[in-house]
Amino acid sequence: MLESRIIDQLKKIVGDDNVATDRQDLICYGYDATQMEFLPDAVVHPGSPAEIAAILKLANAERFPVFPRGAGSGFTGGALPKGGGIVLVTTRLNRILRIDTENLIAEVEPGVVTEQFQLAVEKLGLFYPPDPASLKFSTLGGNVAENAGGPRCVKYGVTRDFVMGLEVVLPSGEIIRTGGETYKGVVGYDLTRLLCGSEGTLGVITKIIFKLLPLPEAKKTMLTVFDSIDGAAKAVSTIIGGKIIPTTLEFMDYATLQCVEKRFNLGIPAAGRAVLLIEVDGDRELIEKQAARIQELIKPLGLVECKVAKDAAESEALWKVRRLVSPSLRDVNPTKYNEDIVVPRSKVPDVIRKIDAIAQKYAIPIVNFGHAGDGNIHVNVMIDKEIPGMEEKAHEAIAEIFKAALDLNGTMSGEHGVGLAKQPYIPLELSPVQIATMQAVKKALDPNGILNPGKMFPT
Amino acid sequence: MDPLKRVENELKKCVKCGACRAHCPAFTAFQREPAVARGKVALAQHLLEGDIELDDATYAAMSKCLLCGSCVEKCPNDVPTDEIVMVARESLAQKRGLTTFHKAVGQVLKNRRLMSFGAFAATILGPLFFRKVPQTSGLRLRFPLPFVGNKRHIPQIARKPFLTRHPEVIAGEPGKPRIVFFVGCMTNFVYTEVGEAALALFRHLGCTVIIPKEQQCCGLPGMSGGDLETVRQLAEQNLAALEKYEADYVMTACATCGGALHKFYPALIGKRHPELAERIRAIADKTVDAAQLLQQLGLHPEETGAGDAVRITYHDPCHLRTRAITRQPRELLKGSPGVELVEMEGSDKCCGLGGTFNVYHYETSLQINEGKSIAIDKTGAEAVVTGCPGCMMQLSDGLKQRGSRTRVMHTLEILARSLRS
Ligand SMILES: Cc1cc2nc3c(=O)[nH]c(=O)nc-3n(C[C@H](O)[C@H](O)[C@H](O)COP(=O)(O)OP(=O)(O)OC[C@H]3O[C@@H](n4cnc5c(N)ncnc54)[C@H](O)[C@@H]3O)c2cc1C
Ligand code: SF4
Ligand code: SF4
Repeated sequence: MLESRIIDQLKKIVGDDNVATDRQDLICYGYDATQMEFLPDAVVHPGSPAEIAAILKLANAERFPVFPRGAGSGFTGGALPKGGGIVLVTTRLNRILRIDTENLIAEVEPGVVTEQFQLAVEKLGLFYPPDPASLKFSTLGGNVAENAGGPRCVKYGVTRDFVMGLEVVLPSGEIIRTGGETYKGVVGYDLTRLLCGSEGTLGVITKIIFKLLPLPEAKKTMLTVFDSIDGAAKAVSTIIGGKIIPTTLEFMDYATLQCVEKRFNLGIPAAGRAVLLIEVDGDRELIEKQAARIQELIKPLGLVECKVAKDAAESEALWKVRRLVSPSLRDVNPTKYNEDIVVPRSKVPDVIRKIDAIAQKYAIPIVNFGHAGDGNIHVNVMIDKEIPGMEEKAHEAIAEIFKAALDLNGTMSGEHGVGLAKQPYIPLELSPVQIATMQAVKKALDPNGILNPGKMFPT
Repeated sequence: MDPLKRVENELKKCVKCGACRAHCPAFTAFQREPAVARGKVALAQHLLEGDIELDDATYAAMSKCLLCGSCVEKCPNDVPTDEIVMVARESLAQKRGLTTFHKAVGQVLKNRRLMSFGAFAATILGPLFFRKVPQTSGLRLRFPLPFVGNKRHIPQIARKPFLTRHPEVIAGEPGKPRIVFFVGCMTNFVYTEVGEAALALFRHLGCTVIIPKEQQCCGLPGMSGGDLETVRQLAEQNLAALEKYEADYVMTACATCGGALHKFYPALIGKRHPELAERIRAIADKTVDAAQLLQQLGLHPEETGAGDAVRITYHDPCHLRTRAITRQPRELLKGSPGVELVEMEGSDKCCGLGGTFNVYHYETSLQINEGKSIAIDKTGAEAVVTGCPGCMMQLSDGLKQRGSRTRVMHTLEILARSLRS
């Protein structure tokens, strides 16, 4: 419990209306998309970097933990106030400060919602590609802190690849800038990259300078159905080997197709064992050619069906198949553990086979879909918590899945981060020396351990 | 039993993904998590577990819902937050008592004799209508309500309610559909021209139109306040009225009434009163929106909707949008000679009325509405057209407050232009 003296000081910093201590508020800032729940002692809504700096200084003086939070859509509990302290919500910092059409950069505050930013730059003919599925509600600060990715990342890269510079309040309460507005820059350590994906443990991001691209003229969407997972995987490498990098290469395995078909009856051919949703973008003429070429390339690979969208409405209809995946999973089992392992592209069929074997071994349904283009697979371990023992079995299965990915030179998480959810598994991927190196950085920046403590590393 | 028990399984469906943050107008306005669907679901869960009190903060959070259904439409897990909020309000009402406002609503809604012009205006619309009355007036003292403010622009109340104007059965051509018209309070007392337009259009198509005299308020203000017992009584009276004559359709020209008959009666009343469930289902299945039905029956708007050149824009009422009625009114409007339809930005955004939301959160409701007014005026339209008399009142209030001269009309008024001129 924070003493009321400290609450009063917080109120002095941000104003009475921006500090909440009612139990109702604590509940509403105690969860995120992991569905775990930890109640903070207070929720604070600062309105400026200076206020955030003052809060962190106070936190050091009084030694209470501060948990940065954007929209609370994280999948690993990064924003959860485990152990108590204050939740620091960034959503009042929600201005797009400038969009510079000459230098193709933009500067934003961290609380801007991803899609709002995309729409704003697109109005000017510019393009911010990173597209996490949560883009309608996640914040850009949260995207940077988790280094979020999405379907378009095959071609364009992840959030980190668009961050040129940051303004950050360090755990000490000092404000620094990292990186800048130039495409080149080699003076000093690359703190910008260090902060991307740091999950709110090294500083509170208060401004972000993004790189932008010209908006592609058009896009073309295809839904392709294969008679085997290998065919679909081969299609991915054949397309890329054919010197075409699609914007998107989303895949769904047989278990996923069965779920979607059962609930929504979309008419996917019965012989289908895997689906690839392929999208190309660019000049209108070029993408027509690319689409035709892709169809040629994948035809011999056990293609059962190929639907090509003629316009935006048809494209949306094809995307619907992908979007309906999540809602249909609940039919399998009520609770899902949503992991997001990555393996080298060519290893996707191998890892899927291993996961199928794990599913059999533990008798737990596992549904796989995701970003085949970059080998990032959403592995959904579906359980029913009411069935005794199932939860424990799921954790064992997950550990095996991680090991399978690591054995194939992959990683445990491509986008969702570590937070609390993956913390116990970290030693599977990182050596003690790697962990110690990272902890040394943390210790140097946050000697009192006040900023998002208890996350990422095993405790 | 705690009413929340009934939605226990619904509560469990919420995975706290946060998708509702993008769609909830209450969240857009308040920008705090207790106002978003996810927050209200979490609070309902904790209420049910008994670890929070039914205190002012819970009450405040649950009051911040427009019952617009936007979150439900977009929720990947089909969490019926609108229903959950109504049930939570019921739970609050049972334990803390109804607020003065909702008690007054309940009394009027239940008592048919009171459903005369005076009582209706004074009690249901009173809080909305008497805002212009000075603070010190005795009238205000009679309505000690949790809101004050003198800004609101009040629509004219009709001299003669719609229901008293026509016989109960207006026979059409044999073999043509028989339609029961569920009129609703706003059309009956305020926007009677909407009722007249509906009548003219369906008669033009040769339909028999039945306007049962015993029909009541749909009960949405009661649902909104958690007074579900009143709603049950109203639902029973409405069922009897609507079943009285053999008919093919139950037609509404009010999105809110349509939403009540189509969705909220089955969800809230049917589920807890199994003896009514079948009848409620039967009426729900027959319930159609006027524009939807006109299109289905093959109305040619070039025959009925012609008039002077007019540029309009269309607002999607939440309770039509969430029933996937967005295309039909637009197609009909575009087919009316002289009508130019210009889309506004965010035509699908809630107007801010929200059941009784605008009574408790008048300023916020106006704030939600302001964005709407700006978008409307940006189109340069002479009129904003919509399919819900509730939205009409809210839109016209917002526009007038901004000093805009844009008119507010119902879809049916446009479609019936050449029938009634
Ligand atoms: C339905 C759904 C789909 C999703 N799809 C994807 C996807 O396709 N790709 C993907 O990568 N992720 C996805 N996610 C996960 C999540 O949306 C992303 O991780 C997102 O970036 C989190 O943003 P947020 O604003 O919600 O952050 P929060 O959840 O609030 O916080 C996440 C982390 O960032 C830190 N943080 C937040 N703001 C700041 C700041 N200003 N400074 C420092 N630290 C900060 C927090 O402390 C926490 O550790 C999805 C989530 C959901 C619910
Ligand atoms: S109500 Fe639906 S959209 Fe909102 S958090 Fe819950 S599951 Fe997600
Ligand atoms: S019904 Fe409307 S106001 Fe209420 S929680 Fe859902 S989206 Fe928000």
